[in-house]
Amino acid sequence: MAQMNMLEAILSAQKTMLERDDKVIILGEDVGYFGGVFRATEGLQAEFGTNRVFDTPISENGIVAAAIGMSINGLRPIAEIQFADYIYPAFDQIASEAAKLRYRSGGEYSTNITIRTPCGGGIRGGQTHSQSPEGIFTHVTGINVIMPSNPYDAKGLLITAIESNDPVIFFEPKRLYNGPFYGEPDKPSVGWDTHKKGEVPDGHYSIPFGEAAITRAGEELTIITYGTMVHVVETAVEMTGVDAEIIDLRSLAPIDYDSIINSVNKTGRCLVAHEATKTGGFGAEILSIVQENCFWKLRAPIERVAGWDIPYPHAFEWEYFPGPKRISNAINRIMEA
Amino acid sequence: MAKNQNQFSGGNSLNQLYVPQPTARPDGFNDFSHLHIPDVEQAACPAIDCSPHDMRDLAYGLIRVLDDDGNAKGNWNCKIEPQRLLQGLKDMLLTRMFDERMQTMHRVGKISFYMKCTGEEAISVAHAAAINFEDMVFPSYRNQGILLARGCNLVDMMCQCLSNARDNCKGRQLPIMYSWKKGNFFSISGNLATQFSQAVGWAMAEAQQGGNRLATTFVGDGSTAELDFHSALNFAATYSPPVILNITNNQWAISTNQVIAGGEKTTFAARGIGFGLPSLRVDGNDFLAVYAATKWAADRARAGLGATVIEYFTYRVAPHSTSDDPSAYRPKNEEALWPLGDPIERLKTHLINLNEWSEEQHNILIEEIKIKLKKNYKQAESYGTLKTGDRPDVTTMFEDVYEDMTLNLRRQRQEMGL
Repeated sequence: MAQMNMLEAILSAQKTMLERDDKVIILGEDVGYFGGVFRATEGLQAEFGTNRVFDTPISENGIVAAAIGMSINGLRPIAEIQFADYIYPAFDQIASEAAKLRYRSGGEYSTNITIRTPCGGGIRGGQTHSQSPEGIFTHVTGINVIMPSNPYDAKGLLITAIESNDPVIFFEPKRLYNGPFYGEPDKPSVGWDTHKKGEVPDGHYSIPFGEAAITRAGEELTIITYGTMVHVVETAVEMTGVDAEIIDLRSLAPIDYDSIINSVNKTGRCLVAHEATKTGGFGAEILSIVQENCFWKLRAPIERVAGWDIPYPHAFEWEYFPGPKRISNAINRIMEA
Repeated sequence: MAKNQNQFSGGNSLNQLYVPQPTARPDGFNDFSHLHIPDVEQAACPAIDCSPHDMRDLAYGLIRVLDDDGNAKGNWNCKIEPQRLLQGLKDMLLTRMFDERMQTMHRVGKISFYMKCTGEEAISVAHAAAINFEDMVFPSYRNQGILLARGCNLVDMMCQCLSNARDNCKGRQLPIMYSWKKGNFFSISGNLATQFSQAVGWAMAEAQQGGNRLATTFVGDGSTAELDFHSALNFAATYSPPVILNITNNQWAISTNQVIAGGEKTTFAARGIGFGLPSLRVDGNDFLAVYAATKWAADRARAGLGATVIEYFTYRVAPHSTSDDPSAYRPKNEEALWPLGDPIERLKTHLINLNEWSEEQHNILIEEIKIKLKKNYKQAESYGTLKTGDRPDVTTMFEDVYEDMTLNLRRQRQEMGL
């Protein structure tokens, strides 16, 4: 067992799979010689050669299309989209092609591509380096949508993604790459080196999709979240002293219905938190699941804390970000209801 | 200030939005006399390892082999054995008559939709003849000639169009959106040009694995405007994979003439020049020319020399689809005046000139195909149609979204009572 940050865990997952399966290849902007702008593929080209790990033109559409084509010819490509904010030119290839190929061909053809892409804010990235577009993709049936919140999960889920015979979009909350972020930007950053989830096995292991993690057990309130917000929610829970159960979804599609439903039926109270903009966001889907399955057990209205419905503003990053204060206010409202 | 008047114009701007128009609309006349059709013997045939830089003329000219009298001439005449030509003629005729049969079935309400490739048969059929069966095709929606030339079962194709119990796409796709994995024919999407860039990826994987197959893919003049077209040429130029990038310029994208896709000021083949790709412009109604150009590109790809762009200059005689009426946007007799003729008639004349074929044999062949189509259609319809008889099993409706059915899909299937 080694101590890894999230980038090292993601690198380790890719290295593990490159070693295990010679059909695995990596393509993307700057992923080759340079090892990626976040260094998530560092050293892989030197070790596995340009035939396995290579740079692409700045063409997200071309990257995903090429990856699909390569998968049809027997390979198992991992495509890096440098920022989730840049994924939109590939949307047609993802939503119309990768997601529908198995279905439309009556099962004759399918694609196994994994699309890795850093998402989320809190790094002073402005509106073009901070977005969380997962809700756009959870609405597309035929793809898996994953977002880990720590190094251990990141490696295990990424290995599952690479081994999956379905297309996967693997969102990496970049604010968590070097350490957990508790939603307090003025406090000194902490690394993963002392965090339990920073303990990552060197070899192969996998975490199944569709299984949420309960990161804090509690009796009074269920908080459903994922990605960076898992840690921010922890801070808010400590601020309020409420005995909350925190569910880290990890996998948005497929989603773990049972963990959500069992927890809310137990606590009778529910808060949903995500960094993405609120309206039409994935939180609305979670609310629906809770409402459909837990209505008679609810003791208070379900609340949602999310990014405001505005582009991620550079100068007002922390006003946009759904930080501990907004979350603790919501917790208090729910508990008082 | 008047509406639409730019405050910076001062009333004397030289700028005017230019919206290109086709040569003629329904009330006009177009005999294509504005087209320059080069002589058959004009186009040079470079060696397959020729630098793209030294063969740029071929992107602006027109590679032809059959002259107006049906004789094979010029540098691109690769002297195809008569048996192969005869097979090509049969496959083209089968393609045309298959289309007519299915169009009729649409008219009587048996199928919901159809797309014919009338006048464009040589492109698919000659292309298929010049590559290997193992080569992977990433088709557009008007490449049924490739399926037929590769010997796809007629009943299977008809069942797909009928969305019946034997439809291999399980009733999920519009008619003609075929998928034939055993025939190395990729699933047709319906989203335009997406297959173009995927084919390049497939070919990259072939090179990566040291294989000897090539990928070939088709796009229309209209959809060269799509992002995927640019991505495909860019990746093909960057990685030099064994792929043939074919553009069927049939001049009409539904009602939109190729001038709106940027076809007025240059050729579609010339798009390849900026990427440093060898680019050929070919008479798409000339079976021998399509064959020769494809063969050249295939030999080049298999020699490890990378991709080739080929534009086939042709005319879409058929409506876009059964939902389209071209008389609303182009002159009624335009196709009759198309100067490059009909691909079947031209090859037939050539074979007659070679004493390999006769009008009598041709008429017998037509009758044989008619009987074959009738018999096959009868069998296909016995498996059901979209409206009557057996449809695909409805319980399969929730399958193949993922490899394993997810919980939400299982629950929705239960909710439907299946």
